[in-house]
Amino acid sequence: MIAGLLSGDAPRSRILSALLLAILVALALAPFLFPGTRPLDVAAKVCVFVLLVASYDLLLGYTGIVSFAHTMFFGIGGYGVAIALSRMEPGWGAIALGTVAAVALSLALSFLVGLFSLRVKAIFFAMITLAVASFFAILASQLSDFTGGEDGITFKVPELLRSRVATYYLVFGVALGLFLVLLRIVNSPFGRVLLAIRENEFRAEALGYRTVIYRTLANCLGAVVATLAGALYALWLRYTGPNTTLDFSIMIDILLMVVIGGMGTMYGAVIGAAIFVVAQNYLQEAMKAFSGAMQGIPLLPDLFHPDRWLLWLGVLFVLSVYYFPAGIVGQLRARKKA
Amino acid sequence: MAENLLSLSGVHTHIGHYHILQGVDLVVPRGELTMLLGRNGAGKTTALRTILGLWSASAGAIRFEDSDITQRDTPAIANLGIAYVPESMGIFAGLTVQENLVLAARRGPPEEARLDWIFRYFPPMKKFWDLPAGNLSGGQKQMLSISRAIVEPRKLVLIDEPTKGLAPAIINNLIEAFAELKKTDTTILMVEQNFHAAKSLGDSVAVMDAGRIVHAGRMADLATDDALQTRLLGLSLEAHQ
Amino acid sequence: MSAPEGALVSRRLDWRPPALILAIALGSLVLVGNPSTWLTLTIAGLAMGLMIFIMSSGLTLVFGLMDVMNFAHGLFIALGAYVGASTVKLFSAAASADSFLANLGAIAPAVLAAMLAAGLLGLFFERVIVRPVYGDHLKQILITTGGMIVAEQLILVLWGPDQIPVERPATLRGSFLVGDMAIEKYRLIAVAIGLAVFAGMMLLLNRTKIGLLIRAGVENKEMVEAMGYRIRRLFVGVFVAGSALAGLGGALWGMYQESVTVHIGASMMVLIFIVIIIGGLGSIGGCFAGAVLVGLVANYVGYLSPKIALGSNILLMVLILLWRPQGLYPVGKS
Repeated sequence: MIAGLLSGDAPRSRILSALLLAILVALALAPFLFPGTRPLDVAAKVCVFVLLVASYDLLLGYTGIVSFAHTMFFGIGGYGVAIALSRMEPGWGAIALGTVAAVALSLALSFLVGLFSLRVKAIFFAMITLAVASFFAILASQLSDFTGGEDGITFKVPELLRSRVATYYLVFGVALGLFLVLLRIVNSPFGRVLLAIRENEFRAEALGYRTVIYRTLANCLGAVVATLAGALYALWLRYTGPNTTLDFSIMIDILLMVVIGGMGTMYGAVIGAAIFVVAQNYLQEAMKAFSGAMQGIPLLPDLFHPDRWLLWLGVLFVLSVYYFPAGIVGQLRARKKA
Repeated sequence: MAENLLSLSGVHTHIGHYHILQGVDLVVPRGELTMLLGRNGAGKTTALRTILGLWSASAGAIRFEDSDITQRDTPAIANLGIAYVPESMGIFAGLTVQENLVLAARRGPPEEARLDWIFRYFPPMKKFWDLPAGNLSGGQKQMLSISRAIVEPRKLVLIDEPTKGLAPAIINNLIEAFAELKKTDTTILMVEQNFHAAKSLGDSVAVMDAGRIVHAGRMADLATDDALQTRLLGLSLEAHQ
Repeated sequence: MSAPEGALVSRRLDWRPPALILAIALGSLVLVGNPSTWLTLTIAGLAMGLMIFIMSSGLTLVFGLMDVMNFAHGLFIALGAYVGASTVKLFSAAASADSFLANLGAIAPAVLAAMLAAGLLGLFFERVIVRPVYGDHLKQILITTGGMIVAEQLILVLWGPDQIPVERPATLRGSFLVGDMAIEKYRLIAVAIGLAVFAGMMLLLNRTKIGLLIRAGVENKEMVEAMGYRIRRLFVGVFVAGSALAGLGGALWGMYQESVTVHIGASMMVLIFIVIIIGGLGSIGGCFAGAVLVGLVANYVGYLSPKIALGSNILLMVLILLWRPQGLYPVGKS
């Protein structure tokens, strides 16, 4: 049954299995294992980002296209739910309507962007998506009547979700379910065609696959899942604003997570997101201690200043791209083979 | 027999997963025009590109004059005095005819006398001196590509299918020019599908098939031996005559 | 047939993009109504456009020559801005003197230091970050983005996280008054420097052998090598020069904004990408036309309809690409 749930794509490494299991158990029992607001916040963020990063990996890892517009779809989901809940009676109907409208918008946008620029080089696509995403971020901050501008939107949630634990399990459940769906997709014949296109576009084309169509489909799928992740995140925060969804720094975070965890494997998203979110919340404290210990030495305390945690993840990212492009998951699997 | 300017022995070339040259042995005698013939896909273009280092040989040795050039990079090989006229002609469309020739002349500005000599055979080069090369007709582009290769005295000129897709009148013009070029003692290795042109220009000949040289000898012998022609070149060449 | 008639025509510059720019400028004169406001906007647009041109020209050439897109290009801009700001501060006596010549004693070192720092960083970047990933676009995008993350953080380590104020030299503050029109002095300086850079670049590209090689290399790298030139050296040179120009642009832009933050580079990157896409990847003339167009449109629309100003450039890009999918001046790759 487990093999069925995982779509036959087992972790294929004992350490990786243990890690994944530990993360799953920790997330499943988070409200009981780690009491307090902050740990639960961290756990919910891990759930959302696992989903977001997994959907991004569908693009980057499985089709080899780099998009800088993923936060745009994430944001559409967040704003969809926020706008619906703040303008309508805060009930499940509003959530459903907001989510459906957001998914529809994301589908339309990703389809247009895909058709417009997926025929051309990867570089061109990356540049276009960067421009479109920044345009969208500007739009969201300009249309303040609609989006709350820079302040964002704070909103009420339905009765049931006033309990943090209940909301957490909604986030956890939906994220887990969608993750398993993504796992199924990448292990389906469709997923294998995507891999074939990534490996050799000419050959895939010669075999009769319309690569543009497949890529556009992958782009749309990734966008839809990112939108749903955005909706979940908004429900968790009861707030949507540019800083929690559309900011370019979130795009950078996603890139870091997917590359460090491992491109081209859905499990990489789990590992990458878990490591990153935990590091974001707890690495700073370790660095604070470290930096304090080095007072008096020039430059070093600055390099290890808690605010510079991204520096070290950036270094890890660059080293990953060069030396282990399959990320942590790839390394763990390679160890098993050796 | 004349001394060899260029020799390939047991040269293999891989492009991606494909094994194109499978042990090529070829000699190009100094001062002669050697014709490289063969069917499409036999590996003729790959042979020229491997000599110039545009593809790197995975095995075997390429010698030019007294040195082994197998592992050298393209600019180093070109600077030994080897010029290349690719099948695609490789002209710089955004540069004028003049600029194309200025770039091709490595030892300084092109010499007047040399240019006059080129203009005599290729008058359009003079006429369109200041025009972007992209505006030239197909035949004129081919003339420019050849002019670039001979704008300075070269030891060896590699020419890939110069007559491809050109009108008969222009082909005759090119043949005349090549005949004139031969008189300057320039060594030429030419890939050609047009057997009429090959026959009238070639001193020696090598025929390729499936990545190997399957025949090498004097052009005159092959030109008079119909049976050998049919066996080596099949009917594909007859169609060009 | 032997004398192509069209040849003589297309030897000349393609007139449509400049005509478009002119039409937009004149059209907005009608919309703006007030000539002096229009002139102010036009000069502001030109100043912005030319500074963007300085920043983006290197990037488009690097792409044309080696098919490399450096997503960390904004970094050179940021470094130039920071180094420029620090240098002006260092020469603050000269900068605050009320004499243009004395001010020049602060600006010149600032600009040179910015170019030097950005150029050196470019050299390092080409060797360490870009060279191992030639030909692999996916890795190029990832690795240069990663390089940008690290370097941005290093800038924060060196200069701290706070916004740094940049004092504009005394004689460059304020405006010239021509009748009832006020023309900001610094904008004129920016326009002059931008035009000088463009003119110098055109001279280099059209009148020197190195320029010929760059143009030829953009079209057909392999043939340039087959003629015996080492394109690698050429590429390193262009990369470093492009980085230095980005540094120059960053220093100018920082002084224009009168403040510098670490996001200065990343925020310009979007505009720069739009400019080089509009212009046609790899084309210097296109980059110039695109930059002027983007600068002008941003200022006109900013005045006429501030709400949509920030998005106007995306709209412009989409419209231009619908008209010419390869950009204003496509580079003929063979």
